[in-house]
Amino acid sequence: MERPFAITLDVGTSLANRTGSWRTQRPVYSTSIPPCNAACPAGENCQAWLYAAEEGDYRTAWDRIMQDNPLPAVMGRVCYHPCESACNRGHLDEAVGINSVERFLGDLALDKGWTVPAPTTSTGRRVLVVGAGPSGLSAAYHLRRAGHEVQIREAGPVAGGMMRFGIPSYRLPRDVLQAEIRRICDLGVDLLLGCPVTDLRGTMRDEGFDAAFVAVGAHVAKHTEIPAGESARILDAVTLLRSMEGQDRPMLGRRVVVYGGGNTAMDAARTAKRLGATEAVVVYRRTRDRMPAHDVEVEEALQEGVLMRWLSTIRQADEGKVLMERMELDETGFPRPTGEVEELEADTLVLALGQDADLRLLQDVPGVTIEKGVVRVGADFMTGASGIFAGGDMVPSDRTVTVAVGHGRKAAANIDAWLRGTVHRAGPKSEPATFDRLNTWYYSDAPRTVRPVLDAARRRSTFDEVVGGLDESTALFEARRCLSCGNCFECDNCYGVCPDNAVVNLGPGRGYRIDLDYCKGCGICVAECPCGAISMEPENR
Amino acid sequence: MPVQRVKFYQTGSFVVGNRLLPAEQRTVQSDTQRTNALTSGHRACQGCGEALGARYVVDAAMRAADGKVIAVNATGCLEVFSTPYPETSWQVPWMHSLFGNAPAVATGVAAALRAKGRTDVRVIGQGGDGSTVDIGFGVLSGMFERNDDVLYVCYDNEAYMNTGIQRSGATPPAARTMTTQAVGPEPGNAFGQGKNLPALAMAHEIGYVATATVADLRDLEHKVHRAMGLRGARYLHVLVPCPLGWGIPSGHTVRMARLATRSGIFPVFEAEHGEVTDVSPIRHRVDVEEYLRPQKRYSHLFSPEPRRDMIDALQARADRNIRRFGLLDARAAGEGDRDPAAGADTCCCAPCAGPRSPRGNESPCRSGSPCQNEEQS
Repeated sequence: MERPFAITLDVGTSLANRTGSWRTQRPVYSTSIPPCNAACPAGENCQAWLYAAEEGDYRTAWDRIMQDNPLPAVMGRVCYHPCESACNRGHLDEAVGINSVERFLGDLALDKGWTVPAPTTSTGRRVLVVGAGPSGLSAAYHLRRAGHEVQIREAGPVAGGMMRFGIPSYRLPRDVLQAEIRRICDLGVDLLLGCPVTDLRGTMRDEGFDAAFVAVGAHVAKHTEIPAGESARILDAVTLLRSMEGQDRPMLGRRVVVYGGGNTAMDAARTAKRLGATEAVVVYRRTRDRMPAHDVEVEEALQEGVLMRWLSTIRQADEGKVLMERMELDETGFPRPTGEVEELEADTLVLALGQDADLRLLQDVPGVTIEKGVVRVGADFMTGASGIFAGGDMVPSDRTVTVAVGHGRKAAANIDAWLRGTVHRAGPKSEPATFDRLNTWYYSDAPRTVRPVLDAARRRSTFDEVVGGLDESTALFEARRCLSCGNCFECDNCYGVCPDNAVVNLGPGRGYRIDLDYCKGCGICVAECPCGAISMEPENR
Repeated sequence: MPVQRVKFYQTGSFVVGNRLLPAEQRTVQSDTQRTNALTSGHRACQGCGEALGARYVVDAAMRAADGKVIAVNATGCLEVFSTPYPETSWQVPWMHSLFGNAPAVATGVAAALRAKGRTDVRVIGQGGDGSTVDIGFGVLSGMFERNDDVLYVCYDNEAYMNTGIQRSGATPPAARTMTTQAVGPEPGNAFGQGKNLPALAMAHEIGYVATATVADLRDLEHKVHRAMGLRGARYLHVLVPCPLGWGIPSGHTVRMARLATRSGIFPVFEAEHGEVTDVSPIRHRVDVEEYLRPQKRYSHLFSPEPRRDMIDALQARADRNIRRFGLLDARAAGEGDRDPAAGADTCCCAPCAGPRSPRGNESPCRSGSPCQNEEQS
């Protein structure tokens, strides 16, 4: 070829120069588990549905929740949101209001009448679910979606379990609960009310059930021996809250003392306030930081004027008063009596000392072990009896709606596997997406949108819902505060910051690829990834 | 209900792309059709800030000029690593002559285009701090003085890196180079020497002078776009950290540029006809020590004995920049800027969601599109 004067080589591109050979380490796209997902007892993939919500694609977001949890509108109200306690954004400004967004999506779905598709195939297997509480409903929903025939038998007159009889309507309006339950039934779940199961094995045998999920909850109030005068008015919190669902409101009087420090105690005290008590006092034998009640509940109760007496026990109850004894904590943090007593006026004493499960239906089933009032189950939620699974408040666990829903989901997966003759195995767990993996400089500063709270004065007298919801704009704002920890959200940073053009953009929804022919392994993409979704690995050559 | 801004984009304008933004508001670099003016296979070190900065600038210039750009390059790292005969990484018309004459050659190219009546083809000159601040400064000053129609871009890595890290007129005080050793009573580069080229360019009262870094892409692209919209002599000074010369891990290039702006050691601003017209306020301010400590070129300030006096002197330089350019003025109060939750001070305009312009929102947002603040609910 003829070349110009003094030119001896053809012009070439530097693409011939495979600078990837310089590399001693390579960037690898990775996905790790965001703290919200790791903390969710119901096993929701919060980050994934927030991702869809960020784009305003609420339908996809809701569908994503529904893969794990059939009760988003309920959960958006009653969950104590461990996801938010774990949220990495809490280190930056404030945790993302995941729970608020979930409620927004749940309400939107009810509003728009969104449904999930009914199963198209049938496995021909029949599963009996005993109890229509959160755990039973969740299990029924997942089993039905897997194509099994499901029948729920509920001893009570309405479905919902503790969601109806334990959680006051100012926290969970009944129409919301009812609508979400109806949506589960509409999938073809058979719900029988007022239909207690007494002989489990017999019922299964006679009616051809291949497996059973027992989730009867814990409805029986615990009692303690309190010497009481004849005319002292004492009732337990479970009875009080349950009677709120009936026609006649219970008469409590003007001064109500609630004994106990759990969420039920808070609910009882707040309910008493709403029933017209001028004074509702919670008596608890330890200090506030040791209270089993969740902070939000204590905070809301205090705002509503509920009084707290820490380090106190009730010694005796008489007409119109109780005798209270001061306690002190010993070195191990255990409360011990001091002998100082004090009188407190009380028209009614409400005992909120926890609940036991009524496990009579399992007592005679061979193989089932009952320990400390709860049923022992394996990691697969199967009791000692083959084909009989159990979950919710009647197995050892935290007793919250969210945990119960999670039990239902996990048990359903195991029941499904068991019916198919296989074993359910959860996928391998990825690394946690810890805060130090994030490059938070890239996230806009944005304070959290707080859900409007009913004016305290008004809510003391009504059973209206206390916490309001977000509207669309605020829900969108809140969803976009998500940092997407450990999961690529296609911000193009890696594609932009590579000095060697060695990142290939595969297009929306498809992510990126490292071009190892030219990647020199400098690590800028790793350092500048906002959400920590790229890791550096040593080159093995 | 509290009123909340609807337009909020998770990562605001700080990341390269943003799937939540409409396509026209995204950066040039997020575009899969970007020019890639400096393509793969170049021989820059791992994590080279200059290679990154040059692609950012020339790609943005290509978009602004409809793909009609001729680049004239001075000698330096950028020239050496991109074009070892007969290969080149440039995917734009590109020309190299000598170390000290790039502004003059660019002037010549512009004159030739004018003679041919080609007003559509635009010229950029570019070089490192050595060719710009030292060797080619005479001809650059001439280019400014004659107001030739060239955008000249200096990629400042604060020393002659290509030849083995020798001090340049842009090397900051106390920094160690091979010619300013970290020994003696005043180790490292001397205080009170060197040139501030953006200030010198402003002294020529040319139409546009701006500074930028590789840590804020949207700001940099905005400035290139702005400069390409003007005629006459324009000057852009881009801070491009050098892992080799600064003694930092190759992955920390962008991080270091970000710390340079967050500490105030490198002020980011725009000026027209000798007057500062806009500054990028510091977002989440840090002490200068946080910028110095990770760099080996400053390690003699921290061991064996911390040189408090010199660190304080450098802090004073940063404080002076902050005062001089009002880098914190847009913030509510001096300390408020350290609070990440100080959302009230972020710009309310949508794609930006970043620092508020000191001139309020009367000017277009950094995305180049009008501020959408009006749409807030």
